[in-house]
Amino acid sequence: MATLDINGKVVDVEAAPDTPLLWVLRDHLGMTGTKFGCGMALCGACTVHLDGVPTRSCITPLAALAGKKITTIEGVNGKVAEAVQAAWDHIDVPQCGYCQSGQVLAATALLTKNPKPSDADIDTAMSGNLCRCGTYQRIRAAIHDAAKSLEA
Amino acid sequence: MNATNVSRRRFLETSAVLGGGLVIGLTLPLRGALAHSKGSANTPPVQANAWVRIGPDDTITLICHRNEMGQDVHTSLALLVAEELEVDVDKVEVKQAPVDPVYVNALLGAQITGGSSSVRDAWTKLREAGATARTQLVAAAANEWKVPAADCTAKDGVVSHGDKHRTYGELAASAAKLPAPTNVALKKPTEFTQIGKHQHRLDTPAKARGKAIFGIDTKAPGMVYASLEQCPVIGGKVLSVDDSKAKSMPGVRAVVNIGEGVAVIADHYWNAKKAREALAITWDYGPGVGLDNAKIEATLKEGAKQDGSVIRQHGDVDAALKSATKKVEAEYRLQLLAHATLEPMNCLALVSDTGCDIWASTQFPQGAQGVAAARSGVPAAKVQIFPQFIGGGFGRRLDVDFIGQAAAIAKAVPGTPVKLIWTREDDTRNDFYRPASYHALRGGIDAKGDLVAFDYKFASASVTNRMFPGVTKNGLDPLMTEGAIDLTYDIPNERQRVVIQEFGLRVGYWRSVSHALNAFAIEGFVDELAHAAGKDPVAFRVTLLGKQPRQQAVLERAAKAAGWGRKLGAGKAQGIASMESYGTHQALVVDISKTASGAIRIDKLTYAIDPGIAVHPDQVIAQIQGGAVSGLINTLTAKITLKEGRVEQSNFHNYQLPRMNQMPKIDVVLMPSGDAPGGMGEVGVPLVAPAIANAVFALTGQRVRTLPLADAKLTFA
Repeated sequence: MATLDINGKVVDVEAAPDTPLLWVLRDHLGMTGTKFGCGMALCGACTVHLDGVPTRSCITPLAALAGKKITTIEGVNGKVAEAVQAAWDHIDVPQCGYCQSGQVLAATALLTKNPKPSDADIDTAMSGNLCRCGTYQRIRAAIHDAAKSLEA
Repeated sequence: MNATNVSRRRFLETSAVLGGGLVIGLTLPLRGALAHSKGSANTPPVQANAWVRIGPDDTITLICHRNEMGQDVHTSLALLVAEELEVDVDKVEVKQAPVDPVYVNALLGAQITGGSSSVRDAWTKLREAGATARTQLVAAAANEWKVPAADCTAKDGVVSHGDKHRTYGELAASAAKLPAPTNVALKKPTEFTQIGKHQHRLDTPAKARGKAIFGIDTKAPGMVYASLEQCPVIGGKVLSVDDSKAKSMPGVRAVVNIGEGVAVIADHYWNAKKAREALAITWDYGPGVGLDNAKIEATLKEGAKQDGSVIRQHGDVDAALKSATKKVEAEYRLQLLAHATLEPMNCLALVSDTGCDIWASTQFPQGAQGVAAARSGVPAAKVQIFPQFIGGGFGRRLDVDFIGQAAAIAKAVPGTPVKLIWTREDDTRNDFYRPASYHALRGGIDAKGDLVAFDYKFASASVTNRMFPGVTKNGLDPLMTEGAIDLTYDIPNERQRVVIQEFGLRVGYWRSVSHALNAFAIEGFVDELAHAAGKDPVAFRVTLLGKQPRQQAVLERAAKAAGWGRKLGAGKAQGIASMESYGTHQALVVDISKTASGAIRIDKLTYAIDPGIAVHPDQVIAQIQGGAVSGLINTLTAKITLKEGRVEQSNFHNYQLPRMNQMPKIDVVLMPSGDAPGGMGEVGVPLVAPAIANAVFALTGQRVRTLPLADAKLTFA
């Protein structure tokens, strides 16, 4: 039995210690907002925050989570996350939408650390998150849009 | 068809009992349609027709017969209904339709989402569905008020006459008792208040908050998971399996041999995957075991010596080539590609005494029903398909192999829902690949520098032969003619031939299908001809488009928008390409530059698009932006290679997709048009490769005739 802090709630999980957080969330806890894309930290679809840091849940085992604050798309909130999601709505970023939970979490982490990112900063922070539909141009625009709204 | 008729009657009877309403043009089977409906048994929603449902609480629902995979069918099709129904599209809820003949795509002959056909197929049909429902609602109000229907207005979900008002929800039950009008008048484009205007996608908020449910997210009580080890050579079979170790592992419920592989069923996904890795399987690799890329290339080149089918011919191309002042010949080749949808193949299946239920991301619900029936042994009439949001289609989810697998696995544990999830490696190695191709071209230019002869031959494997063999007639796959038979250039002597040459690997439809193959060869070669004629590539094409005003206009517009012909500075170049596809005209200018390290950077893509009426203009632009990225995948580095019949790529480190840091700027000029809508979902793809290759020639003098361009020792920043 492992005890996790997910979205501010204490949750007990019965799973093998090598089970990746991704499958703890999706399968054991039924939280399907976090997506499976590659299983090798190559696509970013499974991005969550561990203590605020964007992390690939597909390669993060249950055993490594003690004492960490886990934030998923279901629980991400606050000024920055709201600005990001409002910008996503405003610009209509998603197409198929499958990568977007990861994109939103990566963008939220970026803007929390760096409220006014340059295009180069966005490249660095977001290049780990694949979008097979090709919404990159809108993701970039939405991050700038969110940054602007946070400034105001 | 008997089964459908039975359920249709059953629905009508039950509907009459429940609501007392007459249902118009309705052919929805009971279980699929009502299972998702709002309202209680006392106040059921009224099904105005196969697409429109109106709830007593004024909820307007579109039963969407096309599957949403990012291409915006939910909103675009809702717009068609909303425009005529006189409701704000934001007020429309979208539910995914079950399998039913009424939902067949008239352009494709089956219930399929593909071929950039959703809006074209629905353009009249769904506006009529909205107008029919509105006409009945107005008639119901007019009857109640005893006034002429023509004196009533319908707006924002309310019918009014003077100071009398009724909401659609209040009128729905009585409206459904009225006969459906047969010839409803549709609005003129100038009367549109929603079509062609800026709208937000209906599914954006859910997708930005992780709330959209994709196939992989579906759940059922008591659900277990399956992980499937498939033969490393596609087409191979299980000879024997030692599952003793796997069976002893935690959580394992069953091990199932389904022929093409062995599945482990376990309580949790991770347990199923680990136990699967403990299987010891002996394979019969089958005939594919000796296959590699060199053999495929040789087979295609040899196959291209056949005559093939003449798809377009006029003048005397051989004579014109003989007398031409300049002759140009070239061979072009394209690589095998995987679809690499971000949501790996998966399917939730439940086989029970009463039938088979399937929850899946699919572009082909009707095919899903067929394969699930075949592999579960349940009659098709008792197979229900619940299509979900699709985490990337690109043609991969026209195939239903994974759905059949889930049904075959679930059959082994009756009454227990089983979710099969492929790994990324499974997905990369068990695709239906975009076919490799070989193209031979000859062109002739006269003394004035005019193009007088064009001879084209295209050889590749046929996807249609495998999936819809009845569609291939006299050795010709009509989908292989795409991007060639509709050539827009006026050339006095021309011949085009297509050769079906199978090469031993299963192939699939990949976004834009043959358009991308033919456009790379033809638009690259036309650039070569322009160069041979000593003419500017834009001017050369404009001359050939005298009889194609829409095509000529987009070409000139793209050139103007991109500043074609201006001085670019050292280390920079532009390339152009132009074509019509899916009834949409487009041209693309690409700006590239050389970095200090000698790599090529794709700086900017400038498209001009004439798609006819753009139903949802912002999403037309989004489809071009996204199509451009699919185009980059097929252009830069990605390829599938085989060694001893095994696919060598496995995941995103060796099958690379473009990332944020590699993205060019993409500008889209949308040309205003009053013509009927053309297709949009695939249009952005095919010109990327030829436009970039043409720019590379302009920059370096190197003419690249193979994809991916990285194979020609080019590196990309």
